[in-house]
Amino acid sequence: MRWIHACLLLLAVLLAAPLRAQQGALPITVPNGVEGSIPIAIVPFAWEAAALPDPTQIDQVVRADLNRTGQFNALRKEDIIELPTRASEIRYPTWRTLKQDYVVVGRVLGAEGGGFRVEFELHDVLKQGSLLALSLPARTGEFRAVAHQIADLVYEKIIGVRGAFFTRIAYITAQRIGEARYEYAIWVADSDGYNPQRIVWNSEPFLSPAWSPDGRSLAYVSFERQGGHSIYIHELATGARRLVTSFKGINGAPTFSPDGGSLALTLSKGGNPEIYLLNLASNNLTQLTRHFGIDTEPAFMPGGNSILFTSDRSGKPQIYAVSTSGGSPERITQVGDYNARVSASYDGRLLAMVQGNRNVYRIAVLDRERGGAGAVRLISPGPLDESPTFAPNASMVLYAAREGNRGVLYNASVDGAVRFRLLELPGGDVREPAWGPFRQR
Amino acid sequence: MNTPIRVLVIALAIAGLAACKSKEVKPVEEPVRDTTPPVQTTPTQTENWTDPSLLESKPCLVSRVSYFDFDQSVVKSEAMEMIRCHGKWLASNPGARISLEGHADERGTREYNIGLGERRGNAVRDLLLANGGRGEQVSVISYGEERPICTDSEESCWGKNRRAEIVYTARQ
Repeated sequence: MRWIHACLLLLAVLLAAPLRAQQGALPITVPNGVEGSIPIAIVPFAWEAAALPDPTQIDQVVRADLNRTGQFNALRKEDIIELPTRASEIRYPTWRTLKQDYVVVGRVLGAEGGGFRVEFELHDVLKQGSLLALSLPARTGEFRAVAHQIADLVYEKIIGVRGAFFTRIAYITAQRIGEARYEYAIWVADSDGYNPQRIVWNSEPFLSPAWSPDGRSLAYVSFERQGGHSIYIHELATGARRLVTSFKGINGAPTFSPDGGSLALTLSKGGNPEIYLLNLASNNLTQLTRHFGIDTEPAFMPGGNSILFTSDRSGKPQIYAVSTSGGSPERITQVGDYNARVSASYDGRLLAMVQGNRNVYRIAVLDRERGGAGAVRLISPGPLDESPTFAPNASMVLYAAREGNRGVLYNASVDGAVRFRLLELPGGDVREPAWGPFRQR
Repeated sequence: MNTPIRVLVIALAIAGLAACKSKEVKPVEEPVRDTTPPVQTTPTQTENWTDPSLLESKPCLVSRVSYFDFDQSVVKSEAMEMIRCHGKWLASNPGARISLEGHADERGTREYNIGLGERRGNAVRDLLLANGGRGEQVSVISYGEERPICTDSEESCWGKNRRAEIVYTARQ
């Protein structure tokens, strides 16, 4: 009988493998918050609706969101000794004893038409008063989204910067599905890696996903067309794809302008890789760089008047800036042998890039308002970290790393003080994260 | 012995002598011809540069990969004979088509490595053209670091991945 079990097990594994490929990467539960950051208690929300309770633990989602930034140290659930659900039930001395600065309470109520209402309050323990009291509508299946919005509102109230938890991320997976056969896919998920949805997949590689500023589309590079690279714009809601370029040679590194009207990209149709600007309405193509070196990985500065890019015109890859109206590029990075794949924070103050030193590649954040040695901060340990992408509020950076022969995604606070592994894929790679824009609530 | 018979005997003797003489000379001349050229000349004479089986038998044509140093696209000297052979094949077979696939190791960023892979492909293409290939016979596609031969994060593996591969899409 044992061999039957073994066969059944094997069958289960064989059946599970393709399923797993379709389920995508697994989010990793965020561990505890960081000592020394803002202590906050998120009390489990009460379920006061008539319908059966939704399995989503709102408090858990909020706690993990806030901890991921490194700016908060949310009280562990097992250390929460009282369960108030509204202002009148909060006993401030209890939370003061637990050394908490803030406490969040909430409840889920039934609403007209089968929906729900999630009410929550943020209280200042020291000042013993309410900072925020709001009600958010929710339907079944939306409780994680509501939890992310609550985390955003709490974050904004305390930090003074809009929260970026209710956002989405895109990434690429590569999974071996047979002898020399791979499946590459582009996914979109919530900012914490939950709710992954497979957007497109193929046996040929995908590269460089980039969000449109309205969050409705992704541009990416595909190798699916015989004998070449091409760039597509893919509308997420409909699945409609537009083939943007498929010139001879490289069609790479697409990125949308801040107004969404054009795409900066790399083309080698003229003999070697140069940066171009493509007007998406007129299809008018403007060449921005002219150099025999490799010019690639364009990234817009906020405002859209300037493009940063990687060039090895000095011998090694470094970051340069060029005006979208043309002119000669200016070198931006001065420190380090290898600087590439830059992206700018929403305010243009911070630039995240890959910095290489011998065989170690780490994520570096350059603060353009600081001079000297303190201007560049290495926020990841290496040795093969790449593809940094800022949260739209620049509080966090997502990047790809290699661990034990596999590609995984890391979430780091922008100062590098906190890093959590965000996503992994059993037997495959997760790579090239791209953090999407803010979403309308 | 009458005269005719004597004449015949003498003639035979002379012929025999001559035969003996020629036998003595030949061994000196023939080994020179036999040992040196035959082994090399016979295959060269029968080597047919339009026979597709040559692509699977002649070592310099069987070899299809050129390896590179880190962040470099200079073709190494050990790849030159292989490239010269494929250049000659292209020249001998106007219908032959090559796709040159350029690759990089995993270090560095993906799109930069796409650029590097193309540069490596171009370097091999230029040498194929210098050795008899024509422009329309060779196309270059870069895979960057997307198609590694092996996936260990160490030099022994990286060196195998930094390569340009000759792939025949048409042999003749």
